[in-house]
Amino acid sequence: MNKNILLCGVGGQGIVLTSKLTAAAAMEKGYDVMSAETIGMAQKGGSVFSFLRIGEDMYSPMFGKKSADIIIAFEPAEAVRMIPYLKDDGCVIVNTNPVMPVTSALKAGNYSGNEMLGYLRQNVRNLITVDGIKACQDIGSPKVLNMIMLGKAVKSGVLPFSIDDVTAIMEKTVKPQFVEMNKKALNWE
Amino acid sequence: MHKEFLMGNAAVAMGAIAAGLNVVCGYPGTPSTEVLETAAKNNDGKLYVEWSVNEKAAMELGAGAAYSGARTMVTMKQVGLNVAADPLMSLEYLGVKGGMVIMVADDPGPISSQTEQDTRHFASFSKLPCFDPSSVQEAYEMIQEAFEYSEKYHTPVFFRPTTRVCHGYASINVKDRNEYKTNTPEGFVKDSSKWVIFPRLSFNAHINIEKRNAELSDVFSEYKRNIITPAKSPCRKGIASHGISYTYVQEALKNKENPAVLKISTPFPFPEKLAVEFLKDLDEVLCIEELDPVIERELIYVCGKYHLNTKILGKLTGNVKTAGENTCDSVYNNIAEFMGWELLNQDSPETPPLPVRPPVLCAGCPHRASFYAVKTAMKGQKSVFCGDIGCYTLGNAMPLDMVDTCLCMGAGVNIAQGIGKIEPDTRCFSFVGDSTFFASAITGAVNAVYNQADMTLIVLDNSTTAMTGHQPHPGTGRTMMGQIVDKVNIEAVLRGVGLKTVETVNPLELDKAVETVKRVSAEKGVKAVIFKSPCAVLIKPEKPAVIDEDKCINCKKCINSLGCPAIIISEGKVRIDSSLCTGCGLCSQVCPVNAIGGKENE
Repeated sequence: MNKNILLCGVGGQGIVLTSKLTAAAAMEKGYDVMSAETIGMAQKGGSVFSFLRIGEDMYSPMFGKKSADIIIAFEPAEAVRMIPYLKDDGCVIVNTNPVMPVTSALKAGNYSGNEMLGYLRQNVRNLITVDGIKACQDIGSPKVLNMIMLGKAVKSGVLPFSIDDVTAIMEKTVKPQFVEMNKKALNWE
Repeated sequence: MHKEFLMGNAAVAMGAIAAGLNVVCGYPGTPSTEVLETAAKNNDGKLYVEWSVNEKAAMELGAGAAYSGARTMVTMKQVGLNVAADPLMSLEYLGVKGGMVIMVADDPGPISSQTEQDTRHFASFSKLPCFDPSSVQEAYEMIQEAFEYSEKYHTPVFFRPTTRVCHGYASINVKDRNEYKTNTPEGFVKDSSKWVIFPRLSFNAHINIEKRNAELSDVFSEYKRNIITPAKSPCRKGIASHGISYTYVQEALKNKENPAVLKISTPFPFPEKLAVEFLKDLDEVLCIEELDPVIERELIYVCGKYHLNTKILGKLTGNVKTAGENTCDSVYNNIAEFMGWELLNQDSPETPPLPVRPPVLCAGCPHRASFYAVKTAMKGQKSVFCGDIGCYTLGNAMPLDMVDTCLCMGAGVNIAQGIGKIEPDTRCFSFVGDSTFFASAITGAVNAVYNQADMTLIVLDNSTTAMTGHQPHPGTGRTMMGQIVDKVNIEAVLRGVGLKTVETVNPLELDKAVETVKRVSAEKGVKAVIFKSPCAVLIKPEKPAVIDEDKCINCKKCINSLGCPAIIISEGKVRIDSSLCTGCGLCSQVCPVNAIGGKENE
């Protein structure tokens, strides 16, 4: 069993934390895990990614293009940026809500994310869209986007563990008062 | 033994602790910072941990501890080693008693550094053995071996991971606490014939160092991490690699019969005998390296020395790119070209133009206010703004555009002095952060005062080392041993070295900040303004600002003058992203029609 997972989005969306949780869930299942992510300069409002590999016979923490089984994208343009890494039959989970870059605001640009979603719909057979803002409103906190995305990814069936497995790990890592909220987020439909 | 999911840098720290580490010191710098932080977090009380004021201080402290028999690790990024070069070059002639590992992280890309310098060169230049790990697991084990070699040969050794090893994570096998080694330092034993450097000592030491390194070349030819993986079917071609690139080679050669591979884990002293063994049956070898062609040159040298006919390919022959980091794909294609295999087909459907996301100062960052205040004060005045290393280098971005020069830590002060000597009619400014001020701008300030410079020093004091993840420094009053200590006062330091005018002002009080800069910069000589306001990431945000849509005339002055990521345009209108806004209040002071309200409008 080998899975290459790519998480991506914009600094501050909780990508790195989600990657850690995914890794922990995989390790709990007895798999070896490797990962690599953006740290430093690029964090400040920049594009953030995390490569995560689960399985055996792995040497490098990063993988090449056309190698990801699943891309979990917290932002539409960031999904498109990472599409070259997706296997031809790979799955993409994307949050449909765009994050405006400062440069776009400066030039009064018109980036809305729709063009990106159009591209994804055209080029990705196995695409799952998530309205992150609506989902967060349903749960009642803007801070659960990462759990919503991870829950959707697990339900896609690509990852080698279940919602219960992730829930068990989550309960160990978040503060007790947030467990219920995160559980709801993981199970959001 | 048990399994843990560790970052490479954490593995280095835990490996060093398992090897009986007594002292760890360093200066923060990406991608090295987490080594010392992890050691501090796992300090059982027996470890001495410090963020030194700069790398030179750390190297000297490390030397003193190692003279006294302690197992010592000094951590820094590659450019930090330049700062520590002076003690390092002499230390090699004296050697050490306790094991001393100099952990220097290199940064191919570069991803967050000024240079793509290769510490493997520094190893051969300083004649120090160098260890180059290729994975998180190997880093954990190799750091322990590095201490053993250091102690056995009484010499500091380099441990040189690169970014992808430092910041890669893996589930690895680590020792249980009861398997840790302990080292009890003997203490400093006086012997001036050993610890006091003089020409005679250096002459003798030089002879011994050369002898030892020749011996180490043989020892390293047997070292279990310098390995030849033979081809499974006959092949006259081979690959030589190292570090993270070696793992890309392994990925590329999965399910392949050949070629043979040489892995070099000790670039200095180079394992010559092993290299001869590898080269003797090969016609061509492709060297896959990051940064400089170190292995490639060594192999060319070995071919000359041993009269071998093997052709050595790599960066010098244009077969591998000369700059930037390698990837799984680039390495596969390098090998495919070399072997005559088919190249990867990686065509993807063309994407629509993607939004660019360059790094920017955070929403609420006080540096934005400081830059804007100086910019406003100097409007219409011929002026130059010398920047420095830290978050505030990002002040170069539009619309602030307030960094005209940036060279290395602390350089801005004397660059401003130099420009002023040639252009006396220009108002020269230098911007330096608080941590950088302590690290390397104090001597610059003394130099400027003594040599009658005419310039304004702006200290951006946010009470932390923000860029590398908020490490304490002498101005914070906290140490890595958890002590609360007297703060070193920047204003007092500047007055102490002879500045007559030093004013401290909160940059978020914009009018006062502008007025202060105007007044202070008009004086002759060296003078300073300290902009003091804590890093926005470290304080609890105030209520976010709101835009009164009835008042807003959509002039976009807030966006075009500040470039704050919390001010966005949505449906053609200027809005505040309340999830990012910290309520710093800068934009409300810039708005010409008072349309942006903060807490006072509540």
